[in-house]
Amino acid sequence: MSNLLAIIEKELRSYFASPIAYVVLTVFLILSGYFFTQILGVFIQRSMMMAVQSQQFGGGPPPAMDIPSLVIRNFFGIVSTIILFMLPMITMASFADEKRRGTMELLLTSPITNVDLILGKFLAAILFFKIMLLPTLIYHGFLFIYSSPKMTLGPVFSGYVGLILLGGALISLGIFISTLTENQIVSASITFGAVLILWVIDLAARSAGPVLQTILGYISILNHFDDFSKGVMDTSSIVVYLSFIFLGLFLTYRSLESLRWRS
Amino acid sequence: MIEVDNLTKRYGDTKAVDEVSFQVAKGEILGFLGPNGAGKTTTMRILTCFLPASEGTARVAGFDVFDHPMEVKRRIGYLPEHPPVYDEMTVNSYLNFVAKIKGISPGERDKSVQDVKEKVRIKEYGNKLIGHMSKGFKQRVGLAQALIHDPEVLILDEPTVGLDPNQIKEVRDLIKSLSGSHTIILSTHILPEVSMTCERVVIISNGKIKAVDTPENLTRQQQGTQQIYIEAKGASLEIQNKIKTVEGVLDIESKPLGEKEVSQFIIETELKKDLRSTIARSIIEGGFEILELHSMKMSLEDVFTQITTQEEVRN
Repeated sequence: MSNLLAIIEKELRSYFASPIAYVVLTVFLILSGYFFTQILGVFIQRSMMMAVQSQQFGGGPPPAMDIPSLVIRNFFGIVSTIILFMLPMITMASFADEKRRGTMELLLTSPITNVDLILGKFLAAILFFKIMLLPTLIYHGFLFIYSSPKMTLGPVFSGYVGLILLGGALISLGIFISTLTENQIVSASITFGAVLILWVIDLAARSAGPVLQTILGYISILNHFDDFSKGVMDTSSIVVYLSFIFLGLFLTYRSLESLRWRS
Repeated sequence: MIEVDNLTKRYGDTKAVDEVSFQVAKGEILGFLGPNGAGKTTTMRILTCFLPASEGTARVAGFDVFDHPMEVKRRIGYLPEHPPVYDEMTVNSYLNFVAKIKGISPGERDKSVQDVKEKVRIKEYGNKLIGHMSKGFKQRVGLAQALIHDPEVLILDEPTVGLDPNQIKEVRDLIKSLSGSHTIILSTHILPEVSMTCERVVIISNGKIKAVDTPENLTRQQQGTQQIYIEAKGASLEIQNKIKTVEGVLDIESKPLGEKEVSQFIIETELKKDLRSTIARSIIEGGFEILELHSMKMSLEDVFTQITTQEEVRN
């Protein structure tokens, strides 16, 4: 346990010692803030137009439009796409840099288990991801304060749970890929490639025929995220994410073992 | 303390380490001598559980490196060829981190960090970023990392590479001061280092052990004959004839030196006889003057070259 904490602490320290962390945090906040205001603007405009229309043509009160839930749903949809491209930058150094610097020899000849090492790196990345998401809570705060009737907080909560599960899946994938090379850039590129394929699977699922659509829909980790942004926490989706995370970490474990046999 | 038995490491078809066996007793300093790529690092990596062996066994403090890696890791301090340091950390935070993963209990952590900093003389640099330090200091931080948990066994891969002469001396003195209480294996391709620090030497070449002995024995064994160097004043030929009369002299080479009537002689004699005094007497009795006389020892360098090149010729 203390080994795990030591690794987590060391990882967080090295995140914030590198400029990449700050670049990722800044870019993420700019993008998410920009999209939040855009989405909010679009829906407010639309609801006003609907109000005007219903006044012009008569016919009772304007149809009710749940702006907060629409905004939240679209916002989480966009954030999930943004993190697809930001998280590989967090995980690219994970093991690749340890190998390049020769510190792998320190870690692997110290009395810590590979499980501690991998979990430590994984949990540190998750913590960093949470820090990245933290400021976006303010957006929902504004939405809550100015919404009338008061919006329900369920979708916000489930959206963040979903984001962290999706993020965990991407992080475990990225950490696995970083064990395959000594070069951060190569590690990041392969992870981007893999993420892109996941993205394409999701796009293909949307436009494919009925049978293929169901199959691809199950495989696509992005597809499972939709439920969360709607405020639905489906057990099967949670299981899919947790299995994906487990698979990624398991592959990392095997890869570390095989590193010893191969090199 | 360390028992290595028929250790073999294969990379595909090539054998990086080929049936290596040796023992190191408690408190001993063993030098691993060999040209680059001889298999020194690989052997050390197997001993530290970083790599598994293809065949053979290695035991450290009674624990097999393959079956009980955790027990072995707890008892070993390892300094790889490149000091395994994090440039973005300060010396203190780095050593604290290492103390944690080496399993030092929280109560003793501060003390062991302080002690080890004193040992490698980096006490005043605790808050310095490792990335801003010179190679010599990084090497010391690397040593500190290996020593922090006071391990029974120390494995040092080329500990003096890249240091300036003063630092090299400091590191050697440090290593020597650690012997007795620690069992040490150090690898190097710098020969004087071995004769200065190590009690026993393993010469390794192409993955095979060529010789295991004390530096003194090694130099003695490899010598087929003994050589004596003399500078004497007088007619060169007459001196030569005089020396030849001594029993046991095999060969003489002579060369005039710059000064008038002074020549140098390199005399080869049989190995087990010390003929220095007999030869000296015969020269003086002949009425000549001796300016210098000493026996020429084969240096470890010669031994090393001889052992490692013999192999190449045979191949």
